[in-house]
Amino acid sequence: MKRSITRLLMAPSVILLLAWMIIPLSMTIYFSTIEFSLYNPDQNGFVGWENFEFFITDPAFMPAVANTLILLLSVLFITVVFGVMLSALIDKPFYGQGIVRVLLISPFFIMPTVNALIWKNMMMNPVYGIFAWISTSFGLEPIDWLSNHPLMSIIMMVSWQWLPFAILVFVTALQSQDTEQKEAAQMDGATGLHIFRYLTIPHLARPIAVVVMIETIFLLAVFAEILVSTNGGPGYDSTNLTYLIYNQALLQFDVGTASAGGLLAVVLANIVAFFLIRAVGKNLTV
Amino acid sequence: MTLNQQRKFKTFLTGLFAWSVALVLFFPIFWMFITSFKTELQAISVPPALFFEPTLENYVEVQERSDYVKHALNSVITSFGSTILALIIAIPAAYSMAFFPGKRTKDILLWMLSTKMLPAVGVLMPIYLLSRDYGLLDTRAALVIIFTLMNLPIIVWMLFSYFKDLPKEILEAARMDGATPWDEIVKVVLPLSLGAISSTALLSIVLCWNEAFWSLNLTPSDAAPLTAMIASYSSPEGLFWAKLSAASTLACAPIVIFGWFCQKQLVQGLTFGAVK
Amino acid sequence: MKNLTKTTLACAVSLSAAMSAASALAETQITVATVNNGHMIEMQKLTPAFEKAHPDIKVKWVTLEENILRQNVTQDIANKSGLYDVMTIGMYEAPIWGDRGWLTPVDVSGSYDVDDILPSIRQGLSHEGTLYAAPFYGESSMVMYRKDLVKDAGMTVSDRDSWEHIRDVAAAVHNPDEGVYGICLRGKAGWGDNMALVTTIANSFGARWFDEDWKPQLESKEWKQAVNFYVDLVTKYGPPGSSSNSFNESLALFNEGRCGMWIDATIAASFVTDPAQSKVADQVGFAQSPISATEKGANWLWSWSLAIPAATKKAEAAQTFVRWATSKEYIELVGETNGWAAVPTGTRTSTYENAKFQKAAVFAEAELKAINSADPTDSTLKPSPYVGVQFAAIPEFQAIGTTAGQMISGALSGSMSVDQALKSANVSADRQMRRAKYY
Repeated sequence: MKRSITRLLMAPSVILLLAWMIIPLSMTIYFSTIEFSLYNPDQNGFVGWENFEFFITDPAFMPAVANTLILLLSVLFITVVFGVMLSALIDKPFYGQGIVRVLLISPFFIMPTVNALIWKNMMMNPVYGIFAWISTSFGLEPIDWLSNHPLMSIIMMVSWQWLPFAILVFVTALQSQDTEQKEAAQMDGATGLHIFRYLTIPHLARPIAVVVMIETIFLLAVFAEILVSTNGGPGYDSTNLTYLIYNQALLQFDVGTASAGGLLAVVLANIVAFFLIRAVGKNLTV
Repeated sequence: MTLNQQRKFKTFLTGLFAWSVALVLFFPIFWMFITSFKTELQAISVPPALFFEPTLENYVEVQERSDYVKHALNSVITSFGSTILALIIAIPAAYSMAFFPGKRTKDILLWMLSTKMLPAVGVLMPIYLLSRDYGLLDTRAALVIIFTLMNLPIIVWMLFSYFKDLPKEILEAARMDGATPWDEIVKVVLPLSLGAISSTALLSIVLCWNEAFWSLNLTPSDAAPLTAMIASYSSPEGLFWAKLSAASTLACAPIVIFGWFCQKQLVQGLTFGAVK
Repeated sequence: MKNLTKTTLACAVSLSAAMSAASALAETQITVATVNNGHMIEMQKLTPAFEKAHPDIKVKWVTLEENILRQNVTQDIANKSGLYDVMTIGMYEAPIWGDRGWLTPVDVSGSYDVDDILPSIRQGLSHEGTLYAAPFYGESSMVMYRKDLVKDAGMTVSDRDSWEHIRDVAAAVHNPDEGVYGICLRGKAGWGDNMALVTTIANSFGARWFDEDWKPQLESKEWKQAVNFYVDLVTKYGPPGSSSNSFNESLALFNEGRCGMWIDATIAASFVTDPAQSKVADQVGFAQSPISATEKGANWLWSWSLAIPAATKKAEAAQTFVRWATSKEYIELVGETNGWAAVPTGTRTSTYENAKFQKAAVFAEAELKAINSADPTDSTLKPSPYVGVQFAAIPEFQAIGTTAGQMISGALSGSMSVDQALKSANVSADRQMRRAKYY
């Protein structure tokens, strides 16, 4: 096959994505160097690095970077660990396996906004929420989740959404696991735990890498849950980088600074991606 | 206890545990559904009302206030439209990368994924201004274009991973018979990877359906999908949890039910090339 | 030949079809962006009445939650996109946007009776004497309290009590074991949420946002006193989760009978006295907002109003709609359709003079008094360079107020001290003002 044909087949994707990247990116780079506030759209002077400086020296910047990473790593940890355990569990036949699987993956189909609304209002509300009711039934003081554990609450919501995705991928992978190998190991007297450790986990190495990769892309950009439930607060306790940029762009209407923030977020995302790809990359036969 | 009994007991325990986890994780959705049939006072009563006379008044109110069919139609058109478009663009690319890999293939794929790293809110202004200048504000076309480009990298990647594991011999045999690349894709590759393609499509549809940022900022009115409809019910003056639940149920039901029906497909196709 | 006639016929048919379509197009469709508050939803439901009176105008609604609406309309107006013909905006935006030349002045000629509009509201929505947005409803803040609980506790609540007295009443009424909390106040971060209330407290303690040189004053003694008082009051006698409560959450609590007192928007009065939604409808008393060092700026002033962007091509139809929706006749229409207790209030003197309204709304007098006592041009004890009671009508305030709101809600939830919160808020305000080259 000629190289030209293969190139031709790839061209649409590559050209479109190149345009999708270059046009907004170059505009963003331009905006990040000028003064551009929606409230003063006519003042467009060149300001050099000022927007970047303004964004980085924002007292919210460091907490936002930290929160972004904490959120990312916690959700990755929760979804991968529980995802592996649960999918190994439901891989074995039991009564109602099909229904259980359907129930487990359902949260993935719920809109992030609705997800946050359900958790904020009906689960975590300290007066009317289900959690408060459970606490008071046991004679405990209800926990005020969103005020006292804001980041943890967000982690719970996001994990709830993405755990089903991990389960889906792992269940798919487990179906292809060599049953003969497993049976042979059992004959040799290997315990369930041994099989899990030495056969299942290695078999899942690649799907785990896939889950980490895809989730990272989405988790770095978590936004709707924060907007709906905590507004980044109290203080900066649940502000992540995306929310901070949103704050600049759509609460303060400072497009220049928001653009600078967006570019910094790209840099951060690429640093994270670099380390993640190195960590899981050998399993990721791209 | 005999070995058989022991095994049965183990299966029972597994089932019990799996069921309880599933019920706990599903509970919030169930609760939203139940709340949508309550009156507003029942919705915030403490302790939570479990037994009540269900009412449809919330659904009636939602229907009165917003044009559900219009929003749902917009959601269907934008998510299915962009998914089909993305597949048409992605399949040839994935095919070419999987069967004729070059030195740069891996780099290209990683680069494609990296285009997803630019946070949407950071590029809102450029996209907004472009949409305005090309008359795309508040049109479904704007959403279809954005959703297509948004999901294209993941679609290419998923299809690539799958195609890569197809036996090369079949293709070679087809080529011997004088098949063109077009024939190869349509007659050989596609039939072999229907499962992967449909699960990729499903994933893309779900992601589009639930996307809220672009739809709220670019298409608030005529082309508004269901995510924008929800925005008119969240935190109004007064807590209207029951109405909010009804609107949310209406917005999520199509995709959840669709997901349930396609669950088998998803579980078979989301291999990401993991099957060796 | 036969074919040709067929074609001609087809042409004629399609031409006439096109013409009838054109005549249908003579009807103007306007797009109205609005907030999903109760009164606006009512307006949306009454659209048929407007379309019947003006058959050549069709109204299309975009109803959104407050924050999203503000983003959408600001994007639209600043970029001159022209998606909306009528926008719902607040008292903060109206003068700023008017100054920018983004809004078409409201046509107040003829039967509109502009002098009927409450003076403070009219002033707040004008820039240099021109009215840029027509008030749809207006509000101030006041104390709403449970007469039964306060009486049982042997206390009284009256107009312009001192904040210390309010604290004592809260302490006397507070009974969390029974699920009753002394006082419900806003705590959710946002310049229109917690900062609206906190600013009025600060005003009454003698504080101001900026001094005459536009230097932020958040670290002043008065701000520290006020915020310490607020945090202490809410932590001791407020419901759990106060730092995520705003108007809605407090309203639900009050209606459930869980608040002894509630200081919030006067618009709440019509909800808490409505037996259909409130369990305590017949036990609600009203009083003017508490004070400390001064009466100035002790209660806020806000109005949701309808404005017409300068970019719209359908200004005439838009004017017709705005004049209809903010007219005396509209208020009457709501009164006759939904009862007089449910009319949009706080805009027109004639509403308060209407006997039917006075009879239906027990809160009428208190509300009018609160609105009339708020003066956006003179709301601080020490002189200040800005207009607005619970905000400063400058573009930078959104950023400053948002950050301050986040910090103070952090102080309320206990994740930082009041001094720290005010210090961060002041640093951030100073950054913004410096950047905007105020000094």
